[in-house]
Amino acid sequence: MFVLVEMVDTVRIPPWCFHRQLNEAVAEELNKKLANKVVFNVGLCICLYDITKLEDSYIFPGDGASHTKVHFRFVVFHPFLEEILVGKIKYCSQEGVHVTMGFFDDILIPPESLQQPAKFDEAEQVWLWEYETDEGAHDLYMDQGEEIRFRVTDEVFVDTSPTGPAAATPDNAAQPGQSTAAPAEESTEKKEAPYTLIGTICEPGLGLLSWWNN
Amino acid sequence: MEVKNANAAMLSNYEVFKLLTDLKEQRKDAGKSKHSLGQQDLNTIMYETLKYLSKTPCSRQSPEIVREFLTTMMPQKLTKAVSKKSNLNIALISFQMVEESEERLTEEQIEELIQTVAGVLPGDPEQENAAAADAEMNGGAEQS
Repeated sequence: MFVLVEMVDTVRIPPWCFHRQLNEAVAEELNKKLANKVVFNVGLCICLYDITKLEDSYIFPGDGASHTKVHFRFVVFHPFLEEILVGKIKYCSQEGVHVTMGFFDDILIPPESLQQPAKFDEAEQVWLWEYETDEGAHDLYMDQGEEIRFRVTDEVFVDTSPTGPAAATPDNAAQPGQSTAAPAEESTEKKEAPYTLIGTICEPGLGLLSWWNN
Repeated sequence: MEVKNANAAMLSNYEVFKLLTDLKEQRKDAGKSKHSLGQQDLNTIMYETLKYLSKTPCSRQSPEIVREFLTTMMPQKLTKAVSKKSNLNIALISFQMVEESEERLTEEQIEELIQTVAGVLPGDPEQENAAAADAEMNGGAEQS
């Protein structure tokens, strides 16, 4: 589930932190910068593991702060493909079952990867598994808050770095008086999750834990 | 910022759990700084991850159990380090289905799981996970 990622970065220590030990100040800055953030094509950064190398610190003209190049290792959440994880069902929608792990939310199990045959109950907004036995069909509901075991089949990284003003729509550019409307419209657009996991439960042993506990 | 190696090493849940609990102790002693604006992300991720991991078997492990598990897995022909770690995590998950009484019992379960996994397939992590999932289901069925 977790991997160690080696990274290099230049850390800026402001002058009012000069009284602190360099190691501690650098560790705090790195955690402040990366904890709970997704790095493109790497994963969700959790916390600093250790600092491998601290190079010389420099002070540049115009800025009183010191700049230090740091080699460090960070604990990153990056499950490998085909890994089996346990999470909780956040909610169900037409797109599938949304699962959360507490610290990581964007996990989706699309309808085709549910235990077949599956049906979406519009009234209760919940997916269910129509399980056939000799006694008849049982409807196994995938309720909110239930623990679910799934296998990771795919991961999607989206680069959510801010785009420049060139990305603004052409008709807004033609009306300079209306330009303040453009940022408001963009902020109501749906925010894409930078890191999404696609899972499946279409195998024996996967799905709600309660289905397989005797 | 530059990423030198996106996959330098794999960490077991237990290692991350230990790291986070140690970090929490350290920050508890530090006092003031943890409430400053910039530290909120770290606090959030630490709290959530600890909450998740404390509900998994790794919270009940110790370095000795991990070392023993890895040494018993060594003779098995597992080609990828990945499969060892994943089997560790899965073996630990399978303990949830077993009524734990003493440490001796869980070691026996480790042996049983290893035999099942080794007996079924070569070092393909995908199939090993499926075999482990089947083994844990069978283990669960036998126990109840």
